[in-house]
Amino acid sequence: MSRLEQTLEQGRFVVTAEMPTIDGGGMDEVRFQLDPMAPYLDACNATDNTAAHAHASPLSIAIALQQCGMEPIMQLVCRDRNRLALQAEIVGAALHGIENVCCLTGDDVSAGDEPEARRVFDLDSPQLLSTARSIASGRYLGGRAIEPPPHLFLGAVENPGAPPFSYRAERALKKVRAGARFLQLQICFEPHLLEEFMAAAVRLGVTERAAILPSITILRSARALRFIDQKVPGISVPAAIISRVEAADDQQEACFDVAYELAAHAMAQPGVRGLHFISFRKDAGIAALCRRLGIPTHAERVEHGYGSPVAV
Amino acid sequence: MGLLTAMEAAVKKPVFGCQMCGQCVLHSTGMTCPMNCPKTLRNGPCGGVRADGGCEVKPEMRCVWLRGYERSRRLPLLPAAWRDEFNHLRPPVDNTLRGTSSWRNFANGRDRRTPAGWEDGEH
Repeated sequence: MSRLEQTLEQGRFVVTAEMPTIDGGGMDEVRFQLDPMAPYLDACNATDNTAAHAHASPLSIAIALQQCGMEPIMQLVCRDRNRLALQAEIVGAALHGIENVCCLTGDDVSAGDEPEARRVFDLDSPQLLSTARSIASGRYLGGRAIEPPPHLFLGAVENPGAPPFSYRAERALKKVRAGARFLQLQICFEPHLLEEFMAAAVRLGVTERAAILPSITILRSARALRFIDQKVPGISVPAAIISRVEAADDQQEACFDVAYELAAHAMAQPGVRGLHFISFRKDAGIAALCRRLGIPTHAERVEHGYGSPVAV
Repeated sequence: MGLLTAMEAAVKKPVFGCQMCGQCVLHSTGMTCPMNCPKTLRNGPCGGVRADGGCEVKPEMRCVWLRGYERSRRLPLLPAAWRDEFNHLRPPVDNTLRGTSSWRNFANGRDRRTPAGWEDGEH
């Protein structure tokens, strides 16, 4: 059983983060990116060609994270691989003892720097989850046996900030029914949308069956906020936040304040079991933000216990 | 192309933008063909839907699943059972059926055949 699964099962607060993408630099670069945030993390996501840009593969990063003593969550998106390749990655990951797999649809190829690429989407994310669940019960999608079956801890992503808002919790439930046991939400700059999503998730019983981790990102400038608002499909940044950061003397500090406020708000929502952090480069900001939120380091959480700050 | 396939295409292409996947699920998706989603998603909208309801890939097009969701709730003559099927977990597309008649595949049950490792029961 993975550390992530154990921690969630024990009802302890969970902190995960996304590993920045790696191109060159080998293991030194992996350590350089990981080290500042590592003390706070239960597990770290190995991403799969984020925003449709090619990078070192999720399985390779997941193995690198293990070599650094960090538990990986291997992300898989449906954009670049057909069902054979997706299953091969999951079974290959299990071979290396990687149990946490997060299944995503994935941004379209048109979001990336090689829009000429063929988009695959042979499976969608609920189908990928169900396929991974089949693997964990000892069968490939085609029915061929896997003996002994690998143990997997499956997750997915849902976006509380994309239309149709009232349907997103139902879609989360669909992913849970397909096999997801944890949900790392898309970054959401609109607290009322997260509130509505969490309330619906509690009402539908999603939070009883899966651990929901809202995502927080730490940016550095109004320009970056505007870029996310305009260029990242499915994320809107309210104009009030952008103008507040723009008017600040220190934009980086203002961005940090925004991240703190969103994180504190997210942690206070019923049913939230932890936080997921996304940063775009080597970033000690995650550690600083955890300190400001009063979240102890991983070692301290294990030693002294640290439950969810609100009753679930 | 057989006569039945030609007839199906002639009826469904102009009305639903049918892509002839051969395993029609229109009734369960608010009479909105999911194969018109650029990602050909069969199980609901991706996270890239724009704030104005536009598709991530084709911003000028309203998200196919947003349309399907609204229609599954609002279409007055849609049977309740079809409405309820909106949230069903639809199995992966059988690519061997592409270009064949879903009417024939429905009549002989071929469109309900799923991979041997596909777990029908949701958990």
